[in-house]
Amino acid sequence: MNKRKLQNFFGTGILGLALLITFGFLLIFLIRMFWMGYGVLSWEFISSAPRKGMTEGGIFPAIVGTFWLTTLAIVIALPLGVFTAIYLTSYGKPMWIVKIVKIAINTLAGTPSIIYGLFGMAVFVSLFGFDISILSGSLTLAILALPMIINATEEALRSVPRDFHDASLALGATKRQTIMRVMLPTALPNILTGTIISIGRIAGETAPIMFTAATFYSRLLPKSWNDEVMALPYHIYALMTEGTHSESQVPIAYGTALVLLLMVLSISAVAIYTRYAIRRKRKW
Amino acid sequence: MKSYKERLFQAITYTASLFTLVVLLGIIYSLFNEGLPFFKVVPIREFLFSGAWYPTHEIPVFGAKTLIAGSLFVTIGALLIGVPLGLGSAIYISEIAGTRLKETAKPVIELLAGIPSVVYGLFGMAFLAPMVRQWFHLDTGLNVFSASIILGVMIIPIIASMSEDALSNVPKSVREASLALGATKIESIFRAVIPAAKSGIIGSVLLGFGRAVGETMVVLMVAGGSAQIPKSIFASTRPMTSTIAAEMGETVIGDLHYQSLFALAILLFALTFVTNLITELVFLKRSSR
Repeated sequence: MNKRKLQNFFGTGILGLALLITFGFLLIFLIRMFWMGYGVLSWEFISSAPRKGMTEGGIFPAIVGTFWLTTLAIVIALPLGVFTAIYLTSYGKPMWIVKIVKIAINTLAGTPSIIYGLFGMAVFVSLFGFDISILSGSLTLAILALPMIINATEEALRSVPRDFHDASLALGATKRQTIMRVMLPTALPNILTGTIISIGRIAGETAPIMFTAATFYSRLLPKSWNDEVMALPYHIYALMTEGTHSESQVPIAYGTALVLLLMVLSISAVAIYTRYAIRRKRKW
Repeated sequence: MKSYKERLFQAITYTASLFTLVVLLGIIYSLFNEGLPFFKVVPIREFLFSGAWYPTHEIPVFGAKTLIAGSLFVTIGALLIGVPLGLGSAIYISEIAGTRLKETAKPVIELLAGIPSVVYGLFGMAFLAPMVRQWFHLDTGLNVFSASIILGVMIIPIIASMSEDALSNVPKSVREASLALGATKIESIFRAVIPAAKSGIIGSVLLGFGRAVGETMVVLMVAGGSAQIPKSIFASTRPMTSTIAAEMGETVIGDLHYQSLFALAILLFALTFVTNLITELVFLKRSSR
């Protein structure tokens, strides 16, 4: 074998090794999480409140908290994100505003989540006086989700063929009718998958809710959006760093992590699968 | 003549997109509003270049050099792990793998991107750190080394999926021409395809950098947390993000310590903002070609 063939052989091998190590790590990670979490998981764990200073009991309040935080955040962010994307793709005038808005979106997308947390604390918690509450937390998370939803929607709208748009206008529909009855319905599956992926992301965020919504411990379920709540990601962090009984808290943390992981991964898996299915079926 | 419905609809979309701008300006304003008063008390030069961070001492000292160093150390460590693995995976998936492997590997990597950082933090703290401690006979496994590994794995999906996109966008003719000239597969990958996808690949690395610098939960849980410039990769450290997260709870709104954490946030924001802008420019160059 000459030198170039050897180089080819080893080069291919090293690249394959990179992929193998990545998947190997993922495998170890998942096995460990399932292995440690599975023993803790039970109906009681999911449906009851923590007891005895977080050393026993379940995580029901945290599940409820995460549900409300995420749902409210998406309800706020989805319309804003979709309208923004419509403006960027269909109106887009004046051009300089589009440019500035796009820079703003990309900057927001790259901003560390802890900074969202500080913003939420300074603005929603103290300036607007919402205190540490579901409302402050979900507003903060909504802002975090906004660039993801805008980008997904914009991409979805741009992938609608120009013919659809032109045909609708040619039939006498107005611009608004074209957007609402042709563009949006055609792009809807892609918009939804993008939204679902962002649901998975914000459900797992910890830093933005640390100072805006989350509390270490509450026996009671939140009664209104002015209450502070427990949340799954923050619960994991708190169990690992704040308690004193690590031998009983670490297993609970693993159990909580498995619940969060199952939630997030199944949400994203559905979205990713749907997206691939749409791409395969699409005829244009 | 447009009907009022048309106008109203357009106005709504216009307002929504301005909202994004308002939010960004709001973030910048609130960071500066809370953080700038700090620099009236502590000169910016002292903040950036002095090396002691004792915010709760009787005479508090605010030198962010150690925290900046902490951030850079773990970020560089993360890139050393994430870039080769992410790029290698991307190249393999895009250029070498068969259709079936490609169809499974891409969604799996996408899925990897969805794992919450706090779960990575738990994994690092409860699984990796004890192993690192044992392997290298250390007092603690919570250090630069462990944090870099976890952060590195976290940025693999970002680097891999973005550079895979860039590689896939290289026209097929580039590969065919290179192979037709007698290049081996590897030669054509490294001398023809990668140079053609260069800007996208650099962009993906910059994005990975931004993500690693700004990541909070992993470093908060795995980096150890002592505010000193790490003397070795097995030393404990405290990056900017984890300082903000760990100390914000101890502060009183409006006091000097509180303001110092916002000053750190300004620094962090500036860093990611500049990284983003550079990334943008790299991409703009590509799309105008």
